[in-house]
Amino acid sequence: MSSGAELTSQEYITHHLANLKVGEGFMAVHLDSIGWSIFMGLVFITIFRSVAKKATPGVPGKLQCAIEMIVGFVDESVKSTFHGKNALIAPLSLTIFVWVLLMNAMDWVPVDLIPHLIHWVTGMPLADIYMKPVPTADPNITFGLALGVFILIIYYSIKVKGLGGFMKELTTQPFGHWSLYPVNFILETVTMLARPLSLALRLFGNLYAGELIFLLIATIGLFQLPVHFLWAAFHLLVIPLQAFIFMMLTIVYLSLAHEDH
Amino acid sequence: MDINMTLVGQLIAFVVFVIFCMKYVWPPIIGAIEERQATIADGLAASDRAAKDLELAQEKATAQLKEAKVQAASIVDAAKKHEAKIVEEAAGKAQVEKERILAAGHAEIETERNRAREELRAQVALLAVAGAEKILERSIDAAAHSDILDKLVAEL
Repeated sequence: MSSGAELTSQEYITHHLANLKVGEGFMAVHLDSIGWSIFMGLVFITIFRSVAKKATPGVPGKLQCAIEMIVGFVDESVKSTFHGKNALIAPLSLTIFVWVLLMNAMDWVPVDLIPHLIHWVTGMPLADIYMKPVPTADPNITFGLALGVFILIIYYSIKVKGLGGFMKELTTQPFGHWSLYPVNFILETVTMLARPLSLALRLFGNLYAGELIFLLIATIGLFQLPVHFLWAAFHLLVIPLQAFIFMMLTIVYLSLAHEDH
Repeated sequence: MDINMTLVGQLIAFVVFVIFCMKYVWPPIIGAIEERQATIADGLAASDRAAKDLELAQEKATAQLKEAKVQAASIVDAAKKHEAKIVEEAAGKAQVEKERILAAGHAEIETERNRAREELRAQVALLAVAGAEKILERSIDAAAHSDILDKLVAEL
């Protein structure tokens, strides 16, 4: 807690949890979230594209080896779960995994580092600097991803099963009797909607909580250093795990969308 | 929770990144991986085949070596037999030759002796006649007594 003695702990945390926001109401944009998100996406694309351009089936370089390990890991995860033929699923999974991993990794950046760098470079007072650098701790970002996945679920459900088949799936189970079809429809719709919701909220919840704990630790004075280290070490598990879960559930949901009963 | 246009921006970024990844990132990398896997599988299969080939070749070589040994032994055997035969034949020939030469020698000696005897006989007859002539110079007529002389010659 180095941003000044004039802030109470509560004010400090609230300040750090506020986004850099432009605009009002629904038309507002969180510049920090979307900026870091796109930056991390570009990092992903740049590294992977540079390897893809030079990819050789012969003896690979060290970077190619590392990238191939990730690609191979994603490919295996997709093949073990998704048995249909779809050229989109694997690249989609790779993008989700690496991108979410990189966005989550922003959690390791010390909470005051970026605001202080901005303060040091521009001379803006710290109180005016709003910067929440973990994109996945912003529900807009996680819901944006989950919405994309949800659209794909609906699209492939209708494409594979036909609109009639999809509606049939929504209405004729779990109860077989026609009089219970409306109940079925409500149940299945809730199930369907729960998918993107759980995807988005799980990722957001984990990263938001992680960020919050970092902020709490930052308020305890000198002892924060070892505690920060412990919490960051714990995030060695949380960060890849949440990226993996998001990817895996996407594959599972899309696999379900492709299943024709 | 503060839901706003950030969500839409993220959705658009998501779509763009996924499409880019699908078009320009995933295919080359997975292609390289799969091609290498195929190459490695081919290499392993080839090495398996080569090991099998080597084993076969070794078996074949061993068999050939054994056959060659047997053949060599039989050749040596035949050569020994042939040698013995040649020696035997030569011995036989030599024996025959020896006998022939001996026989020829004997015959020659015989002829020589006969000729010498004839010569001697003729000379003895002449000598006897000459001796008798000298002794009986006047009284003996060679023609009248030639039958006696002939008888004498035949007795020699």
